[in-house]
Amino acid sequence: MHTVLGSASTKVVIGDDQPFCVIGERINPTGRKKFQEQLRAGDLSQIEADVAAQVEGGAHVLDVNMGVPLADEVDLLSRAVRLAQSLTDLPLCIDSSVVEALDAGLAVYQGKALVNSVTAEDERLDAILPLVKRYGAAVIALPNDEDEIPMSADRRLELTDKIIDTAAGVHGIPIEDIVIDPLAMPIGADTSVVGVTLETISKIRAAYGVNMTLGASNVSFGMPGRHTIGAAFLAMAAKCGLTSAIMDARSPQIVEAVRAADLLLGNDAWGANWIAAHRAKQAAG
Amino acid sequence: MTPDEILKGLYDKTLVGNGPAVLELTRTGLDTGMAPETMLFDALIPSLEEVGARFERGDFFVPEMLIAGKAMSGALEILRPLLAETGAHTVGTFLMGTVKGDVHDIGKNLVNIMLEGAGFHVIDLGVQVAPEKFVAAIGEHKPDIVGFSAFLTTTMPMFKANINALRKAGLRDSVVVMVGGAPVTQEYADAVGADGYAPDASATVKRAKEFMSQRRALATA
Repeated sequence: MHTVLGSASTKVVIGDDQPFCVIGERINPTGRKKFQEQLRAGDLSQIEADVAAQVEGGAHVLDVNMGVPLADEVDLLSRAVRLAQSLTDLPLCIDSSVVEALDAGLAVYQGKALVNSVTAEDERLDAILPLVKRYGAAVIALPNDEDEIPMSADRRLELTDKIIDTAAGVHGIPIEDIVIDPLAMPIGADTSVVGVTLETISKIRAAYGVNMTLGASNVSFGMPGRHTIGAAFLAMAAKCGLTSAIMDARSPQIVEAVRAADLLLGNDAWGANWIAAHRAKQAAG
Repeated sequence: MTPDEILKGLYDKTLVGNGPAVLELTRTGLDTGMAPETMLFDALIPSLEEVGARFERGDFFVPEMLIAGKAMSGALEILRPLLAETGAHTVGTFLMGTVKGDVHDIGKNLVNIMLEGAGFHVIDLGVQVAPEKFVAAIGEHKPDIVGFSAFLTTTMPMFKANINALRKAGLRDSVVVMVGGAPVTQEYADAVGADGYAPDASATVKRAKEFMSQRRALATA
């Protein structure tokens, strides 16, 4: 199944027969004190460096999140989307938990965006899916509801059923434009949580064959050697059927791990991408 | 074992999160007539403080903090009833919950374990806790500190709603309000009128203890 995203000029295809789609996570002020202060003052200039570093690192899509406490997220997100699109041809993933901010970001976006995100909560489905439909976007959906973030793969699959029934059945969003987030949790808090995520990926893949993405950096939170953990995790998750991740595109170690996974899983014919990346590194070296 | 050996053992085994050894040493201590307060204040709490300090320096990681906190909680289960008998004061009572509209609880649970490890009596209301539920629980449990946790920019405004509900119920001045969660900042905590904010579990414990000594100073003044 192919999820096709686009900017005004460039298309990116997410799919199980495609190279793993790297969504750069960096344009996000969470935990970045200086960036938060700049954004509160209306200064978006940091985005330029963040775009450049992630394009350089090999991102296919860039996530844009402007969730700054005490700032006008609606205004910031629409300005950030316009700015990012003036700096890169890569498609964007418009990321907010504020419905009005998603609307404002989608309104100024050129092309077909990925919306991050909706959950299986009725209220969120009712508010966000009509926007996704209206703008012809694709959407990331998280299988958690009003009561809990389920800690079993079966319950996550049930909530995925609900999401797909509602998005495709009620709102008429094509199933290929629904990207499920199987929920990545920190391994440092409980060493069983990644097993649940991997099982969820396998089950959703078997049931629907839809594309999936997740916040890969969550997995290594609170641990040393985060890039090594991220690299190992993404290779395993790709094998289970994960086709994309919102991740640290500036880390060569993690990006190279997903490129190697492409090769090993048969998504890089004759190793052409792997070898070309090697040559490019040599030439730059 | 000499009392010093027991205290040193409790400190060392808590530091590395060896729950069974901490339990055994606690029982040995009690069998040899050691006061529960001595074990708590001269070994267990200093050990957890060292865990927090190492975490803040980046020398300790989340799982190490968790198992140390759990080892400490195991000892406290034995000691708490005895401490109550002797009339020794607990460190304080901390009421905790994730705000309405939000179901994220990994960070909150981590904070709970560290608070319990530091000797706090923690009452966890879970996730999706409505303002009226916080109000009722504060009325019932009379905590020293209440903690509101939120993971989303859309649920953070519930801090303000909760604080307003406390004010309306006449409870605002009876309790210290702390807030936290991934998107929360000190500025935001100040803006909604919270008393305290901490960026992680270890810092929460430190801040909570500061509030407790301020409360004690006020109570005895």
